Parts: sequence; structure tokens; C-alpha cells
Amino acid sequence: MLRALLAVLLIAWLPAPGFTQDLQSLLQEHQAEVAKPSRRTVAPVLEALSASGLPEVPRFLERWQDKAVYVREEDGLFFYVEETGDTLTLLDLSSGDPVTSGVDPDTLDQVKPNGGVRRAIAEALVQFQLSDPDITKRRDAVDAIARGLDPSQIPPLSASIDGEADAALKTRKQRLLNYLVARFGDTPEARIEAIEALSSDLSVDARAVLSQILATRTEIAEDIPDGANVARVLEPGTDLPEAEAYAMIGEQTDLPALVDASSIRTTLERHVEDGKVGGIAVGQLGTPDRRLRAYDTLAEAGTLPPRATPEIIAETLAAWTIYEAYEEPDSAITDAAERTQDAVQTRVGMSQAGDLALDAISLASIYFLAAIGLAITFGVMGVINMAHGEFIMMGAYTGYVVQLFIPDYTLSLIVALPLAFAVTFAAGVAMERLVIRWLYNRPLETLLATFGVSIALQQLAKNIFGTQARPLTSPEWLDGALVFNDVIAISYIRIAIFVLALLFLALLLFILKRTRLGLEVRAVTQNPRMAASMGINPDRIKMMTFGLGSGIAGIAGVAIGLYAKVTSEMGADYIVQSFMTVVVGGVGNVWGTLAGAFMIGTLQKGIEWFNPSNTLAAQTYMILFIILFIQFRPKGIVALKGRAAGD
Amino acid sequence: MNRSFIARNPSVLWFLAFLGIFTLAVTLMAEATGTGFISTSFVKTLGKTLCLCLVAIAMDVVWGYCGILSLGHFAFFGIGGYAIGMWLMYARTETIVTYSMAAQVVPPSPQEVSDAIASQIFGVVGASEFPPIWAFAHSLPLQLLMVVLVPGLLALVFGWLAFRSRVTGVYLSILTQAMTLALSLYLFQNDSGLRGNNGLSGLQNIPGFESTPQSMVSMVFFWASALALALGYILFAWVVSGKMGSVIRAIRDDETRVRFLGYHVESYKLFVFTLTAVIAGIAGALYYPQAGIINPAEIAPIASIYLAVWVAIGGRGRLYGAVLGTVFVTLASSWFTGGGAPDIDLGFYTIQWTDWWLVLLGLSFVAVTLFAPQGLGGLVDKIARKS
Repeated sequence: MLRALLAVLLIAWLPAPGFTQDLQSLLQEHQAEVAKPSRRTVAPVLEALSASGLPEVPRFLERWQDKAVYVREEDGLFFYVEETGDTLTLLDLSSGDPVTSGVDPDTLDQVKPNGGVRRAIAEALVQFQLSDPDITKRRDAVDAIARGLDPSQIPPLSASIDGEADAALKTRKQRLLNYLVARFGDTPEARIEAIEALSSDLSVDARAVLSQILATRTEIAEDIPDGANVARVLEPGTDLPEAEAYAMIGEQTDLPALVDASSIRTTLERHVEDGKVGGIAVGQLGTPDRRLRAYDTLAEAGTLPPRATPEIIAETLAAWTIYEAYEEPDSAITDAAERTQDAVQTRVGMSQAGDLALDAISLASIYFLAAIGLAITFGVMGVINMAHGEFIMMGAYTGYVVQLFIPDYTLSLIVALPLAFAVTFAAGVAMERLVIRWLYNRPLETLLATFGVSIALQQLAKNIFGTQARPLTSPEWLDGALVFNDVIAISYIRIAIFVLALLFLALLLFILKRTRLGLEVRAVTQNPRMAASMGINPDRIKMMTFGLGSGIAGIAGVAIGLYAKVTSEMGADYIVQSFMTVVVGGVGNVWGTLAGAFMIGTLQKGIEWFNPSNTLAAQTYMILFIILFIQFRPKGIVALKGRAAGD
Repeated sequence: MNRSFIARNPSVLWFLAFLGIFTLAVTLMAEATGTGFISTSFVKTLGKTLCLCLVAIAMDVVWGYCGILSLGHFAFFGIGGYAIGMWLMYARTETIVTYSMAAQVVPPSPQEVSDAIASQIFGVVGASEFPPIWAFAHSLPLQLLMVVLVPGLLALVFGWLAFRSRVTGVYLSILTQAMTLALSLYLFQNDSGLRGNNGLSGLQNIPGFESTPQSMVSMVFFWASALALALGYILFAWVVSGKMGSVIRAIRDDETRVRFLGYHVESYKLFVFTLTAVIAGIAGALYYPQAGIINPAEIAPIASIYLAVWVAIGGRGRLYGAVLGTVFVTLASSWFTGGGAPDIDLGFYTIQWTDWWLVLLGLSFVAVTLFAPQGLGGLVDKIARKS
């Protein structure tokens, strides 16, 4: 406000202001300040330039800032220059047309504003950039303001809002203005209004504004002064350690020194006489009690300053009050900010809960994808396949290899999904034929044999693809995230995985419940001999079912590879969780697997919420919980009843 | 009684005799006491292998005899290692700290010593205080008790929960694997109080014997391991013979029928599970001072599966089979991965065994399961029957 007034005065005082004057003559009035600018003297020049309303001012400011303005030594006129060989061509400031060519560089001086001046120029430039026709310039200017909030930006920002054409940028400008007013507004009423308007804004910036308004400093006083805007009173012993509180008071007044365990030793060591300190033999000073006694003896003798006894500390702490005071003196404003902050935090908390729920669902769908193949081979057929994780890995590597040959990510994904299914289907059928069918009545040995396959496959992948992680790049339309507000967001890949999981659920239910194959599968798993006598070939059905389960693992591998890196160990990371998903959900039931995945995903995210920095702990507790859960529901969430249960 | 038990199990005598000869032979060839034909590091390898044999026969009893495929016995092994490692590390750090503090004029208070030890040990994980689980680390007898108690109690509680709700077969395997995974994930955390993934290190330095050369220390541990294996073998041979052994095997073959005959199946299983866990803990406590370092990766579920692999390759249901399998696989593994095996040049591709050993192991494992369910021990039996 004051500056604007000043500028108006300045203009009125200047001879012949307004449209008759061009940039060069305006600059000549401030020749010295422009040619050799300093932080102190540049302000009036900038005011004058801003107030002149000349269209070429922004460009001049930019060039001035970029050290691209030159001054001719003979007459002190300013020019832009263009290099032509060894000589320079001078360009006119207003029109940009060449004035003189072939000028010797020695006759010109480059104007070199220092860092402080350049910042001042940048500030002055902001108002021009805020209404620049180029939207990227306007955005940059808004970003520049947002980086460092400063009261001086209020007038240019508010002036630029009405003329803003872009709706999104206009909202941003209004928000930014609101932040500025909330922190630096002229009247308390305006500030409180701006602060209250922040309650619906969940962005980090808005929360930073609130916390800056609510910034406190710790103060000590015997009595809290009347004018202080107290945030809270600190209780020594609960809010901060007593020793720290005592030391803080000690900085204000003279107090007996606080002698703590580490300093007492070095002090005593300096006063050893004849192997004794304060009458106590050095060798006996291994306990805190004796050390204090020795110190007190020395203190009484006057060699050491008296120390703070517990009584003195208690008295001192009782006499003084330690409190946090707001930097902002007006309590009405801080009260409003506190209220708003509470409201914002409630909303942030709710949004975080929503975000957590989304995270949990997406983790659940990953577990579901990893486990659904297992739900068929283990759940329906009862075959423990420890190499299931390696089928997931094979699927992911298939996707990676396809991307090597097909550079278009969308197309390669369309190719990779069926190919991964085919590859792992074949691998599954081969393993069933070669290994598993000999072991159908020896489940524990199936476990070990398939584990042998698993380590062989893992090492094979390592030998072929190396130990470093391979990328499986998702197509562009899966980049980015669906943003609900500043807290809730979910990446498109996770949505895609979720959709894929649902598709698989539907597909599997359809195959098992509505097709001939599904009917035969169910018949064979319930009673292979009876099924065989009805003309079903159990061998073929088991082979097909195992292939189907393995094939689905391959597709899951592509999906998981898109969101995590592809390594030879990626399967091993999921295998235990997958088995637990199936067991927790209830063996022999696809719905059970869904329930199991949902429970494990929710649980893990829920535990992470209590201790967000520690996913390892979350996994540990989740597994412990599952172990306990199985004690109480050994057959899982969705338990089969009757003959289908199989035991 | 004892004589008849040995008489009924001539293989025990054979095994003990063989172990005795082997121990003597190694002693005579080692650096510390004999010709120096065997290097100290190889003595340590042999000592470690004996410990692995001990945990393998425990695994054989619980799986081969009782039919519980536990994928958690290597976790008990690791717990034993951690328990002894805590004392080794504490005592050694205490020696160093006391030595460095001895130069000070005013003697350090117990608190100062303890703080200095704590910051030495936990500096790597950014902590400087002893977590509660280190409360007994200063005392060797108490920590030795922990070697037995912690795996024992964990197995007791876990087994009681699992057997009580009749979790059997592959479900139990998955459950024990989950337990192992939980334990190793827990240990991987920096605030677990056991130095996170740094683990405990410097365990080969035995406090109080700093001046004893490693060749001598390795020899002592080799003897201790051999003794432990001999005692463990006798103990397990006794457990699996006689009436109790019959019940245990019957549970493996048909649990329901044994229950109908009036035996309390859960108690038998719990006994076997806990006893083998304790022995596994002891084996771990002997193994890690020879290995020198223990970290959570040792406890990962894969280790327990390897344990099952050794037992399966050696032949389940016979104690010497477990020993045979362990020795065979671990020595073969160190031969192949240590570059002992010659590379095979196929013309277009050279098979380097350091890369291909695991493939071979995995496939041979499948082959053993399919074609020789009795394992190497089955071969021994065949030979013994013929002669």
C-alpha cells in the first residue's frame, strides 16, 4: 500500500510523466541507478518502471536481470546488443531494431546487477508475469510466489486475479492470495476470514500456512507477561526433562551449576590430590553417590562452585514458568488458526483413513492375484506347489522379454498377457506330468519336490537374466494417479490391478461353476474314482486344472511386474503370503481366497497405520495374527462343510 | 535297560565308533594338535557341519519319525545362535570397554560401563541403550539357559496352539514357515534389539581366551560339536526306540487310529516338537561361535527348507540318514560353489557350477523325491541287508 502511494507520488513529481515518455528517457532519469544498481538504490527505479505502464518494461526487466543490458560509455544510453563476429550491433530498447552496427565491444559496459538486485528485479517482474499472455509464464510466477510467501506480493497478485482467463490458474491464484492474506493481511478481520477459509483446504501448503501462523517459541518467566499470547505452559518432568528446564532458567539468571554424571567425573579428575578427591580415595569413586560426596566436600572447601541439589532444582522450577508463546501476538488470530487447524486435521484424518482403505484394497487385490492361481492348484486340487511363486516370476519375465521385442508398451502388454498365460500353462502342465502326478497321495513330498523345482527355476532365471531387477514398463495411460483430494490418491496401475483381480474372480467362478471343465474339475476333486466311472478322465482334468492355475499365476506375474520390479526372487516374496491367503480364506473356495486376501491386505495396512515407518513390523504382526487366527478357525474364513471338506 | 537299548540299535554303536574315529583323525591332522594337514578354517567347516548334522537328526525325528514337516527348526537353531551370540558379544565388548576405560583416573561407575558397552554394540543401528531382552546378556549361565529355554518355550507355545486345534500335514508346514518368516522379518528390523540386519558379529572371539590361537579354539569347538552330536544321537536313538518310539511312528502313519487307541497324540507330538527345538537351539549355539556371525538372513524360511532337503536326501526315518544327507549336501555344495568342481564346456556354452549348482541341487532333489524316496540311507540299508 505504502509502496504504491510512494510510486504515485514519485510519478507525480517526475517531469512530464505518462505516454509521451519512452523507456530510454525514463531510464536516463535514473541513469546511475540503472547502470550501477545496488540493493539500496534500485527500489525507486523499479517503482518508476512499474508505474510507467510501458509495454516494453517486462522485457527490459528480464534482460536487466539476465545481464543482457549494455550501456554506451560515451553518452550513457542503454541498449540491447547482438553479436556479429567480433563487433556488436546495438538494438533499440523499445522497438528492438538495430541502431548502430559494427560497434567495438570496448566502448560498451555490461550492466551487472548483483544477486540482491536481481532478486528485487524478479519481485518487480512477478506482477508483469502474473498477467503475461503466456500461461506458462503466469504459472511460473504463481509458483515463484508459492515458494516464498512475502507480503509485498499481495497487491500484484490480487490485481491479477480478475483478469485471469484460465479457471484452474485463477483458483490457484485465489488460494495463494488467501494464504498471503492469512499470514500478512492488514486487518485482523481480514486475516481471520482468510484463515477460516483454509478449513476446507487439505493441501500441504495450506497446512504449512497454518502452522507458520501458529509458530511458537519457548519462553521463561517468573510470571507470564500480560501481553503474551500463550500457547501452552510446559510442565518440567512431563513436557520436557527437568535438567533441560533448569538449564534454560540458568541462562536467564545466576543459578548453581547443574552437575550431571558425565561432567562430574572430568571435574573431579582435575582435583585429585595424593590419590584422593575431597578426602575419598580415587579408586572408590566408581559410584555416583561417592562422587557427589567428594564434589560436595570440595564445594564446601570453596574449591568448586556449589552444585544444584535436587531441592534447589525443585525450588527453581517451582518459581519459574516455562511456556510456549505464539510468534503472532493477536490471540484472536491464533485462536482462529487453532480452530481451523483442528478442523483441517479432522478432515485430513478422515481422508487418510479413506486413502488407507484404498491402499488396503489395492494390496488385497495384489495378494488376491498372487494367490488366485494357488486357490485352484492348492485350494481345489490340494497340491502344494512351492514353485507357484516362480510361475509368477516366469510370467513377469515373459512380459519383460516381450517388451524387448515390441517397443510399444500398450501393444506389448496385450501380447504379454496371453503369452504369459501360455508359457506358465505349459510349464504347469509339464510339471504336473513329470513330477506332481506321481506324488498325488504324498502331499508332504509334493511340497519338497516342487520346492526343488522352485530353487532350480529361481537360479535358472538368475543365470539367464542376471541378478539385477528388470523393468516392466507400464503403458503411458497407466501412469499417474486418480487424485480425489490432496490426501486421497490412487495410481492407475493399482486400479488396473484391482480391475484385473475382479476379472479373474469372475472368470474363475464362471469356469468352475458354469462350464463343463469346471463341473469335471469339481467332480474329480471330490471323488476321482466316481468321476472316472462317469467317463471323466481324471488325469486329463488334473492336468488341465493345474495348467489353468499356473497360467493365471503367469498373468498375475505380468500385473505384479508392472507395479514392482522383476527379479528372480519376486516369486519367493509372495509365496508365503499367498499360501496364507488361501489357508486363511478357506481351502477349496474362490470366495474364501478373496476374503483371505482382503483380510490380509486390510490387516497389513491397518497395522502399518499404527507404525507407518515400519513395514517389516507390520508384516511380522500380521503373520502372528494369522497364526493365531488359524488356531481359532483352522478351516479358514469360508469353511467347506460336509463331504466337500474332504476329511 | 541301557544295554538292551543299545543292543537293539546296533547302528548307534556303529555311528559312535565312526564319529569317534573321524574326530580323532581330524584332531591328528589339524594345525593345533597334529600335523597341520587340515587348515583351521576347514576344521571350523567340519565343526559347523557336525552342528548341522545335529539339527538335521532333530529334524529327522520330528519329520521322519513323527511326520511333522516343520519348516521352523532352523529358526530354533538361529535363536540358539542369537542367545549365545548375545553373551559373546556383550562379554567381548565389556573386555574392550573396561580396557579402554582403565586409563581414566576416576574409575567408571557401573552405569558408565554399561552405557559404553551399549553404545559400542548398538551404535550401528543408532541406539545407545540396552533393550530389555539383553537383561541376562552379562551372564554366561543365564544366557546358556536362554539357549535352551527360548526355543523350547517358543516351540511349546506354538506347538500347543497348533496341535491343539489339530492343524496337521501341509497346513502345519505352512504355519511353521509363517512363524519362521515372522521371526526373520522381526529380526531384520533395526529396533528389534538385535542389531537388525547387521546381526551379531565377532562371535569367533571367545571372551577370556583372547590369547588362545584360533586353531585351538576351533579344535575345542570341533570336539564340543562332536560330543553334542554323539549325545544328541544317543538321546534321539533312545527316544525313537522302545514303546514311545513306536507310538511316535504310529502317529506318523495314522494319527487318527493312534488317538482312537487311547493315546494322547497331542502330548507326544508336543514333546517331540519341543525336544527337537531345544536340541536345534543347542546346535545353533555351537554353530555360530564357529561361523563368527549371525544375521536374520540365516533364519529365512529357505534355510529351514534346506534342512528338510538334507534329511530327505539322506533318507527319512533313520538317524544316520540325516547325518549322511547333511554331510553329503553341505560338502557337495561347498565343493561346487567353492569352485572345486571343473566347469563343463559344451562348446556353445560353458556350465559354471557356481551358477548352476542350485539348479542341479533342485533337480536332483526332485529326482530323489520321485525315484529314491528312501534317500541315501535307503542305499545303506540295501547294502547292509545284502551283506
